[in-house]
Amino acid sequence: MRFSDQFEARFAEMVPHYPTKRSALVPTLLYAQDEIGFLSDEVIAELAQRLELTELEVRNVISYYSMLTTRPRGKYNVQVCTNISCLVRGGEEILLHCQKKLGIRNKGTTPDGMFSLEEVECIGACSWAPAAQVNYDYHENLTAEKMDKVLQEYRQKSAQ
Amino acid sequence: MAYLVSHPDEVKIVSRRFGQGAANLDRYLELDGYKAVQKALAMEPDAIVNEVKNSGLRGRGGAGFSAGMKWSFVPKQSAKPKYVLCNGDESEPGTCKDRLIFEHDPHSVIEGVTIAALAVGAQTGFIYIRGEYRYLSLIMQKALRDAYTRGFLGKNIFGSGRNLDIYWHGGAGAYEVGEESALMESLEGKRGIPRIRPPFPAVVGLWGGPTVINNAETLASVPHIILGGAEWYAHLGPPKNGGTQLFCLSGNLQKPGVYELPMGYNLKKMIYDVGGGIPDGRNLKAVVPGGSSTPCLTADEIDVSMDFDSLAKAGSMLGSGGVVVIDDAQCIVKFALRTMKFYKHESCGWCIPCREGTDWLEKTLTRFHGGGGLKKDIDNMQYLSENMLGRTFCPLGDAAAMPTIAFVKKFRKEFEDHLEGRPCPYEKEGAVEQLPVFAH
Ligand SMILES: Cc1cc2nc3c(=O)[nH]c(=O)nc-3n(C[C@H](O)[C@H](O)[C@H](O)COP(=O)(O)O)c2cc1C
Ligand code: SF4
Ligand code: FES
Repeated sequence: MRFSDQFEARFAEMVPHYPTKRSALVPTLLYAQDEIGFLSDEVIAELAQRLELTELEVRNVISYYSMLTTRPRGKYNVQVCTNISCLVRGGEEILLHCQKKLGIRNKGTTPDGMFSLEEVECIGACSWAPAAQVNYDYHENLTAEKMDKVLQEYRQKSAQ
Repeated sequence: MAYLVSHPDEVKIVSRRFGQGAANLDRYLELDGYKAVQKALAMEPDAIVNEVKNSGLRGRGGAGFSAGMKWSFVPKQSAKPKYVLCNGDESEPGTCKDRLIFEHDPHSVIEGVTIAALAVGAQTGFIYIRGEYRYLSLIMQKALRDAYTRGFLGKNIFGSGRNLDIYWHGGAGAYEVGEESALMESLEGKRGIPRIRPPFPAVVGLWGGPTVINNAETLASVPHIILGGAEWYAHLGPPKNGGTQLFCLSGNLQKPGVYELPMGYNLKKMIYDVGGGIPDGRNLKAVVPGGSSTPCLTADEIDVSMDFDSLAKAGSMLGSGGVVVIDDAQCIVKFALRTMKFYKHESCGWCIPCREGTDWLEKTLTRFHGGGGLKKDIDNMQYLSENMLGRTFCPLGDAAAMPTIAFVKKFRKEFEDHLEGRPCPYEKEGAVEQLPVFAH
């Protein structure tokens, strides 16, 4: 199992910050997922070994956190907030619009592996609602037209 | 990116450096950065604690506990290392203020953690930032590196002979992890299941050591208190509710945004003047004054001071400053359902009243909103919520129950309007999620 040099540098820097090795687990899982795309059996085995945990312990942690996944997702994960501040400003309509545009349901992935879609809880953009995150990028004050443009931009980005 | 707003009634203290490039350390120093830490280094630890106590600073993470008081609970002598933990998990729906602090003024959080550490005698601090805020954790990591480079952190900080390490830590998506004891579990690399208290974190916290846990805004306020003095800060707000608060105005408003207003600012003015009122000629139906877990106020209950004690008197809470405005085109049943769906999703599942209560309430509200509501459901929802109150290990159970009780009590008629198979009077086409309708 090989991670990038950047991952290794971060990992090496982070672990000594804590009195117990496993403390580095949650941020490390997210970094690993960002690189590999999801938390594969191989990643789980590797991190369990490095942090002196059983694989079951690592899986227990993964299943708790909503951003962590053991299944592959699209290259761009479109996360639409429908929580209260977004709800009253049309968050559900944005989600429905994305479903129609991408032809997938909540938690689905397009056949070409480009996009997946997820309804998420508040992402801390309430004053700029309705909002969505595509991977880590924020898109705020959305309308259906603006959302189309956002999706189009990612399609273009991917083609480059 | 989250844009900034302003209003003449604002008193900019925590937001003073927003939009001024203060994430850059040199710029931060030009704007009085790290002066408070240097002042604190010359003070006795007890004097720092007293200054914060006298300032009336109360926790901005939701509970409103006196920050100075919390610090004073940390034992002077401890066999185990002491810690300061900054809570930047910010996930309470309606709340988006810590995000701006991390983005525009990360060093003020570092300074706040440093001063807290000096006050309680800790040599290690952690700044926990939710996983979704990846760009902010990058800003924070750079700020920390810069502070180390100048000798503001690490060994012998500012040549004082004192040592202090502060590290960044990241989450991976979980509201419950914002609860202080679950936050520590998460930082220790575990599922975010809370701990039984007592012992409180100030005595037994991270890895068993005494730990001060404060919200990011609370900590970012501290340097201003040290520089400006307790007296000045306390007098910005009403008695026992010192200072200012970042209010996150959201929902059906002309000018939503994060505004820093003095504690005790009038809610009606906040909605109609600061927030510019309700758009499209609609009227106000309700407002959630402090994030999704706080009981809503109706349109005729909004002539109230936005401070901890006044809102408690009004039967609600100041919470985390998330003011969510609901206009008369919105369905309260739907709003209550969305709120409950959130708590059901976030319940860690440890306590039966919370785990089962949120699940039943969500199912009932879904069926109710979908047209399958029974008259007895209305009382049942209230009864169920009331029975969750105070019967759980952490306050998430209450956070789910309290708003539900208020929705049912204050908008009973709206619940009744959904009965007898009538479709939701407010529903926009296609947005209803249906569960099977049960027979009477
Ligand atoms: C379910 C739940 C979620 C919470 N989420 C947060 C949060 O995201 N950020 C925060 O600062 N406090 C949160 N709190 C409050 C913390 O438990 C704790 O009271 C707070 O961080 C203490 O800091 P303060 O005294 O400065 O407010 C939450 C509490 C509960 C019960
Ligand atoms: S109240 Fe809910 S979230 Fe809190 S400990 Fe109990 S089950 Fe977990
Ligand atoms: S409710 Fe959607 S970002 Fe907060």
